[in-house]
Amino acid sequence: MNKQYDMLSPEALGKIDREVAKYPADQKQSAVMAALVIAQDEKGWLPKETIAAVAGYLGMPPMAAYEVASFYNMYDLHPVGKYKLTVCTNLPCALSGGVHAADYVKGRLGIDFNETTPDGKFTLKEGECMGACGDAPVLLVNNKRMCSFMLPEAIDKLLAECN
Amino acid sequence: MLEIEIDGKTLQVEDGSTVIEAAHKLGTYIPHFCYHKKLSIAANCRMCLVQVEKAPKPMPACATLVTNGMKVFTHSDQAVKAQKAVMEFLLINHPLDCPICDQGGECQLQDLAVGYGESDSKYEEEKRVVPDKDLGPLVSTDMTRCINCTRCIRFTAEIAGFMELGQSFRGEHAEVMPFIGKTVDTELSGNIIDLCPVGALTSKPFRFSARTWELSRRKSVSPHDGLGSNLIVQTKNDRVMRVLPLENEDINECWLTDKERFSYQGLNSTERLTRPMVKQGGAWKEVDWNVALDYASHALRDVAKTHGSAAIGGLLSPHATLEELYLAQKLLRGLGSENIDFRLRQSDFSVDGKRKGTPWLGMKIADISRLDRVLVVGSFLRKDHPLIAQRLRQSAKRGAEISILHGADDDLLIKLAARAIVAPSQLPAVLAQVVKAVCAIKGVAADTAVAGVTVSAEAQAIARSLASGSNTGILLGNFAQQHPQAATLQALAGQLAVALGGKFGFLGEAANSVGGYVAKAVPRAGGLNAAAMLKEPRQAYVVLGAELELDCADGAQALATLTKAAAVVVLSPFKSQAMLDYAAVLLPVSPFSETSGTFVNTEGRVQSFYAAAKPLGETRPAWKVLRVLGNLLGVAGFEFNSSEDVRAEALGGTPDFVSGLDNGLDGVALNLGASANGFERLADVPLHFADPLVRRAAALQQTRDAAAPAALMNAAMLAKLGLAAGDRTRVGAGGTATAVLTAQLDAGLPDSVVRVAAAHTDTVALGAMCSVLTVEKV
Amino acid sequence: MALIDTINPLLTTGWAKGDAGWSLKDYEARGGYAQLKRILASKMSQDEVIAEVKKSALRGRGGAGFPAGLKWSFMPKAAPEKYVVCNTDEGEPGTFKDRDLLRYDPHSTIEGMIIAAYAVGAKRGYNYIHGEIFDIYQRFEEALDQARAAGYLGDRILGSDFSFDLFAHHGWGAYICGEETGLLESIEGKKGQPRYKPPFPANFGLYGKPTTINNTETFAAIPFIMSMGGEAYLNLGKPNNGGTKLFSVSGHVNRPGNYEVPMGTPFAKLLEMAGGMRGGRKLKAVIPGGSSAPVLPADVMMECTMDYDSIAKAGSMLGSGAVIVMDETVCMVKALERLSYFYFEESCGQCTPCREGSGWLYRVVHRIEHGEGRPEDLDLLNRVTDNMMGKTICALADAAAFPVRSFIKHFRSEFEYHIEHKKCLVDPEVQRVGSGFFKAGAA
Ligand SMILES: Cc1cc2nc3c(=O)[nH]c(=O)nc-3n(C[C@H](O)[C@H](O)[C@H](O)COP(=O)(O)O)c2cc1C
Ligand code: SF4
Ligand code: FES
Repeated sequence: MNKQYDMLSPEALGKIDREVAKYPADQKQSAVMAALVIAQDEKGWLPKETIAAVAGYLGMPPMAAYEVASFYNMYDLHPVGKYKLTVCTNLPCALSGGVHAADYVKGRLGIDFNETTPDGKFTLKEGECMGACGDAPVLLVNNKRMCSFMLPEAIDKLLAECN
Repeated sequence: MLEIEIDGKTLQVEDGSTVIEAAHKLGTYIPHFCYHKKLSIAANCRMCLVQVEKAPKPMPACATLVTNGMKVFTHSDQAVKAQKAVMEFLLINHPLDCPICDQGGECQLQDLAVGYGESDSKYEEEKRVVPDKDLGPLVSTDMTRCINCTRCIRFTAEIAGFMELGQSFRGEHAEVMPFIGKTVDTELSGNIIDLCPVGALTSKPFRFSARTWELSRRKSVSPHDGLGSNLIVQTKNDRVMRVLPLENEDINECWLTDKERFSYQGLNSTERLTRPMVKQGGAWKEVDWNVALDYASHALRDVAKTHGSAAIGGLLSPHATLEELYLAQKLLRGLGSENIDFRLRQSDFSVDGKRKGTPWLGMKIADISRLDRVLVVGSFLRKDHPLIAQRLRQSAKRGAEISILHGADDDLLIKLAARAIVAPSQLPAVLAQVVKAVCAIKGVAADTAVAGVTVSAEAQAIARSLASGSNTGILLGNFAQQHPQAATLQALAGQLAVALGGKFGFLGEAANSVGGYVAKAVPRAGGLNAAAMLKEPRQAYVVLGAELELDCADGAQALATLTKAAAVVVLSPFKSQAMLDYAAVLLPVSPFSETSGTFVNTEGRVQSFYAAAKPLGETRPAWKVLRVLGNLLGVAGFEFNSSEDVRAEALGGTPDFVSGLDNGLDGVALNLGASANGFERLADVPLHFADPLVRRAAALQQTRDAAAPAALMNAAMLAKLGLAAGDRTRVGAGGTATAVLTAQLDAGLPDSVVRVAAAHTDTVALGAMCSVLTVEKV
Repeated sequence: MALIDTINPLLTTGWAKGDAGWSLKDYEARGGYAQLKRILASKMSQDEVIAEVKKSALRGRGGAGFPAGLKWSFMPKAAPEKYVVCNTDEGEPGTFKDRDLLRYDPHSTIEGMIIAAYAVGAKRGYNYIHGEIFDIYQRFEEALDQARAAGYLGDRILGSDFSFDLFAHHGWGAYICGEETGLLESIEGKKGQPRYKPPFPANFGLYGKPTTINNTETFAAIPFIMSMGGEAYLNLGKPNNGGTKLFSVSGHVNRPGNYEVPMGTPFAKLLEMAGGMRGGRKLKAVIPGGSSAPVLPADVMMECTMDYDSIAKAGSMLGSGAVIVMDETVCMVKALERLSYFYFEESCGQCTPCREGSGWLYRVVHRIEHGEGRPEDLDLLNRVTDNMMGKTICALADAAAFPVRSFIKHFRSEFEYHIEHKKCLVDPEVQRVGSGFFKAGAA
């Protein structure tokens, strides 16, 4: 019998199990945020089938998982490029070049916010405060890697590293 | 108790009351949208803001608990300013499309905007547009109108039991929607239309068909299951356009099932029989009423004369009114026949003559909500009795323990304390195990007939749960009543109730499951019951309101028998091909909406109603047709001027509840049976096939619940038979009777069980609901 | 980069070695976990611990400044299942202190949480960590493993009969999860929509159980309070404003970063520590407590000391201690537009006034910024904020309103100029230079 969550790898399910173990036994749903991140890391984004699979694995209604996936900014409900760059443009960052950094990236990649380069390599997102305003401009690569002091040379270097 | 003062009026309320509840008790209206007395408190619309003495900010009346000595002002400057502010926010993104909105005239937003809104909005920015959603065939959406009160979401999660709707995204982008690609499939979905305070969720079948102020309204009673939900039937030009719940806390609360709400479409179906018809020389002819009635009375009189009165049988629908059932039995008895029955899907009649009274729920419907331990035996509960399932769902959330003993493990969306899912033939034996285990726990002697059974772990778990309560109820479902050992199940349930000091009763399958007994529409000694009348063919039949091939325990046998009968007189609102084949005369009689009448619900409550519309075409109320037939046949005592006269005679007065309700039995021997050989059929009666009216309701027939029957088996069975889900299979029931169905997985079914729905043309050929089947791949 | 300069370092003592000094060994070498050991060994009573915290006048560092000891004392004693939760969601624009606390010294927060759990009788805790700082979340998990291995977490801690375990939960991009009940919903695996209060978390918190929730910095201060004594801690600051506080200084200063100073330190001193104004330009305005706090003009701010009472008197809030410094290159309309966009995007969407009002505010400010303002817009903005404030489940609606009201109040003429001339009072080229992104003269 195929379970729908067979679409996630055993490694991913193992990671999800570790998250589930953090919560009381009758509160598996608590692991949904982490599980969706794990699933997104594996699939690149979150197709509805993946969200349903995560919900099934945690024994929660698919709609409840979709609410979560659509509420938090960093879940991708549509495909994104290999590198998702999120630039913080909030005021504290903007005072130290956040918006300019975003403009610079736009110019370099030839795309606007929420667009992906034609080669599928980069997606650019506008971010909200990342709690790193002292390091502005800041930029997040694929949700998990924070890059600080992103002045033009630093951006050039980062883009060159991404391949 | 706490004392609260609202706008100068004081009141005592219970601890834990909210300000809005207190205000409602005082008759003070506080504007609100998200608050609903049956739903959890969301406090998100903020419309109910009121001033509370000493509080710096206005407080939401729906979520603020009363404290002793609290002073509340609902109309102070602070309160009114807050309410107007919220109203302005609600309107800035709301389309001003009231003239084309179906909610127009009954819209809470529209009403409150008049009282609390400013005439001109200062909002001049672009308005939000929200894409509509496909919620299925019953509910239509205009999501731009949605004010995000989340009532519909909370309804699916809390009342219907599964969160089919949610609010995705956030802030101004928030959207109420089902999971991508899903529709709302709960059997209670129509209630979200009532709950929606604006026109975001409206009735799809009703859409754009009338403005609410053009409609006439009549109170009525649901003709479907035994609950007897209270209805408001709305008509325009004598056509039923819409059905809404009439709130009755003791019965349906403020809800309706989708069946009750949308079955009215069947009233307007093209299969309505609108002129009397007689078959002459094999051809059908539309005739005048007097011709048809003459024809019918002659046919019955001829049979009685040539073959004797016992050659006539009466098969009556349990959905017919009390008056109709009463007159039908009186007519048949007047002709000298005792062959009268309304229990069409029953197969075990061995308790006839041993009953202490009329079988019923054994308690008030509202009492179900007070039970702390419940065992449901033999019931597709969620589909057969959606609103009783809903009551038990709420009880379970409050801590009641619900257990089930049944042949299928359908998700009831109720947290179950224990369950035993066994093949149909095993129901009596397992119930006996529960009796034995309970007797052991309670230290009382068990019936010798159950002493020999071995108690399974499942039965033990059920017994342990039941025995731990102080207010227990055993409920026998439709399947238990249709079961070949129904008498044993009833007797065992009775023993169980005695051992537990609890109650037991039947979940009434049809609107008049109790009323049929009250109307005496059952055979007395010497008469034939429904099954016997079909097994031992009669020369003539009077059929009232039923499509026997679909509404009987064994539709195939019914068809065969009726086709051979000399004269079948059918009184029906509908015609079908099968009827045209077996009937000699078709008399168009009113459905519930076009006649006055009475249903006695499962708790014995007498509920009468008037016609909501004029009879369609030449249709006549059945009680009048039966009265004329009585007169024509010279039967005494047929001088009724109104349905009220009939009711008074049938009930011996005008009681609110019928008397003589008693589930006790005298001298029934237990028959625990043996396991069947081969594959047992488990037959459900799907909710949207269960009676002639709902079968013709177009929108309901497009729902998931109206999917064509399949052959359902568990994984081991599929494997054993070399089948994969989706394969076509030939299902046989002995002899040449077969049906080709799709095999499907139903993981909760016991081994050796094949679930094949009844009451559908696809499966009529398979005959009896309880039988042994063969299954092979096509 | 770790801290540069502090006065009276407490919380930041462990930051000296930067990324090299965060592990358990380093923490123990600094005297870490000694307080936990002392409390367990001496079988200090729960009430004694709470009393010490009360004495310190430690006020919650998450924004509202509620006395921590008092909050702990609300926890019902008898409840069998209780939780302690740490709020490291740190989404308030301008705030980045909790990140550095967990980065350079995660164990002080862990020890603080264990002591708190002991005091309130909780057996389980969670630290909710802002999703965007995933590396910090991973480091915190590592620190938890270290503490568990050393017997500071788990069953029968250090042989006592006190058991407590602690886990990390990460966010994934939602400012509202900083609001404590939104955060609890989020741990429960739902959208982070705040709950109506009462009941407060101390009675109905995580999974409906009594819960104490504090900011990271609040917990991190606990070991130091236990070590020096509540009174000594209080005396570091001002009455009713005990101890030291971390200030995240961002914007137009030469050395943005976190600075730990005693409560009551003059703003001028803090500005000096942060290297003074970038490029020597003139201070125009300061948002002293994170973006939700009302902005203050330069002259008012220069008179303030950095503590709850002084800032409140000046008409703003100490909030989370995020000091956003703006010089004369800033267009106040544009600055407000960005903040209003933030609240519009981050409103959770449940309350009507916030869901609808935050978008209304943003759109009007956006129009003004883009030269489509109307004379009546400023009154309209004030009226809309008036209709939002105090009418919602959580304080986000107020947080959206405060900047609008204060920007208009203090910089009205700049808004009027924008409306009348359909352009900015501050030359765009001047604005461009202010950010320091472009090297002088570069295009
Ligand atoms: C919209 C909103 C956002 C908040 N964000 C944070 C936050 O990021 N971090 C934080 O510690 N507190 C935040 N708070 C305050 C918390 O609700 C809560 O008061 C705090 O975590 C309590 O801890 P404390 O008493 O130690 O300050 C926020 C409050 C609101 C209304
Ligand atoms: S004020 Fe805004 S963010 Fe807070 S609960 Fe209400 S809608 Fe959500
Ligand atoms: S404003 Fe950009 S990280 Fe804070």
